[in-house]
Amino acid sequence: MASDVWVYVDQFRGNALPAAWETLGAAGEVAAELNTGVTALVFGHDVDELAQQAADYGADKVFLCDDATLADFRVQAFGSVAAKLASADKPQVILAPATTRGRDLTAFLGVELGVGVVADGIALQVEAGVLQVTRPVYAGKLHATVSAPGAHPQIVTLRPRAFPRPEPNAGSAEVVQVEAAVAEEDISVKVVDYSVSASEVSLTDASIIVSGGRGVGGPEGFEPVRQLAVTLGAAMGASRAAVDAGWIPYSYQVGQTGKTVSPDLYIACGISGAIQHQAGMRTAKVIVAINKDAEAPIFKLAKYGIVANLFDAVPALTDELTRRLGE
Amino acid sequence: MHIAVCIKQTPDSAANVVVENGAATWGDAPMVVNPWDEYALEEAIRTKEQHGGQVTALVMGPESAREALKTAIAMGCDSGVMVSDEVLAGCDARMTARVLARAIEKLGDVELTVFGKQAIDGDTGLVPVSVACTLGWNALSYVAEINELDVDNARISVARSLEEGRQNCSGVLPAVISVVKEINEPRYPSFIGIRKASKADILVWDLAELGLEVAEMKAGGAAVTWSDMRPLPARSRTVEFIEGESMEVIVAMLADRLMADKVI
Repeated sequence: MASDVWVYVDQFRGNALPAAWETLGAAGEVAAELNTGVTALVFGHDVDELAQQAADYGADKVFLCDDATLADFRVQAFGSVAAKLASADKPQVILAPATTRGRDLTAFLGVELGVGVVADGIALQVEAGVLQVTRPVYAGKLHATVSAPGAHPQIVTLRPRAFPRPEPNAGSAEVVQVEAAVAEEDISVKVVDYSVSASEVSLTDASIIVSGGRGVGGPEGFEPVRQLAVTLGAAMGASRAAVDAGWIPYSYQVGQTGKTVSPDLYIACGISGAIQHQAGMRTAKVIVAINKDAEAPIFKLAKYGIVANLFDAVPALTDELTRRLGE
Repeated sequence: MHIAVCIKQTPDSAANVVVENGAATWGDAPMVVNPWDEYALEEAIRTKEQHGGQVTALVMGPESAREALKTAIAMGCDSGVMVSDEVLAGCDARMTARVLARAIEKLGDVELTVFGKQAIDGDTGLVPVSVACTLGWNALSYVAEINELDVDNARISVARSLEEGRQNCSGVLPAVISVVKEINEPRYPSFIGIRKASKADILVWDLAELGLEVAEMKAGGAAVTWSDMRPLPARSRTVEFIEGESMEVIVAMLADRLMADKVI
């Protein structure tokens, strides 16, 4: 059987991002509709373990390109391998997670293969062979259905945490080793080093996020928020007001001009819930709002609300959860 | 050195965008320079201030997009070019990239093109890298800092903001970069800048002027089409305010609910 739905397995230093497996899971459903199989694109250096993991997550076939030039993601190097394979094999669909690398790769492929790219899908449907993709537009204020009916392949990126992560099972896939497409001397982008953030949980991957806003009142006001996050194994976020005030770095910002997140649980502490903030977090499954002002717009999104000073409520919640989670 | 900044005009981020007759509309909310692009403009202007040269702001859009160029010039760009053609309404990221790439080529001597990381309406983030690929230039996306720009040796080194943290890397000019909010604090237009902008001549190019065919822009049906614009599915519930005689009681009730919801 052909394996005509391809998935770019996004990885960093040999570790796949959770969104890579979510995308592989979605690919399995698309492939079933199209009566074909799933091919995983595993590119990197020292990544052969990922080929087996891809099989465990449902890939029928793996294109494995393991090369020193692919130790770091560089769009020209990764994109050229994918474009070469796609030109030869003509897959029907290429899916990638909408991560920094997935976006760059699909933009490159769109140009190289002469097709439009559908970005940021949160739901997929196959109708007469065409992927109808639901995606948020206007910073999450509306939804639209988007497709590229005449495109071959159809290239779509999927938003992290919008699709369930499949359960891995011991699987087997046909692994096809492929060569890199560009020699190191022909790649002008050189990666020097990384300053990788300390082992905090990444906002886009987090299943729980605890965020602070204007109500925290200052940099030190984030301390109780951070403690609750640590207790829950959660990522910490912030509203634009807190970032603009200089209380916390921009990398924590959730919202229209920050990160878009979709956790199972979002606890908003001292956040009023301006439309810009809502755009970044409204797809959270359960939202808890803690705010002094019962009229704050955040309560319109929340499932549970506590009208209180966050400096009373948040430490009390931390104590309660520490006790329960310890049991 | 000649720097191009590609900007877009979008509804203001505070706009309440709703659907009317299947199309998005935002009432009286103003159109603004895409918020991410303000950082691109600022970085281009700072780069010029440091290294000399000129900055050209480039916008694709309808006649109203002229206002975005005026903002760009008022901030400190030297000139503005508008690419406007009715055929371009609703065109996708790849086609937008083709048009912008051609306009950048037409400017002639551009060595650095700066974008904001994405636009707040379409939100694809695809255009900067697509332009780089179309031009065959280096693409450096999500730039949080320009570490070094060596114009004489045509080299650029930057810090990029990725999921895992920052990546320091280098590339060669000409290059396309897209920038994130961490990179700078955009300036406000100056009084003198606003006066300059009001008198500035803005070049307007259509497809023919860029040597692009209408048929080519519509080619092959491989384009992305949007349909069925709709409001978000309603959240059916209303908030449950948790109340109790003490904070200990309240947080215990909340913890019960969160555990019952299986989210902790």
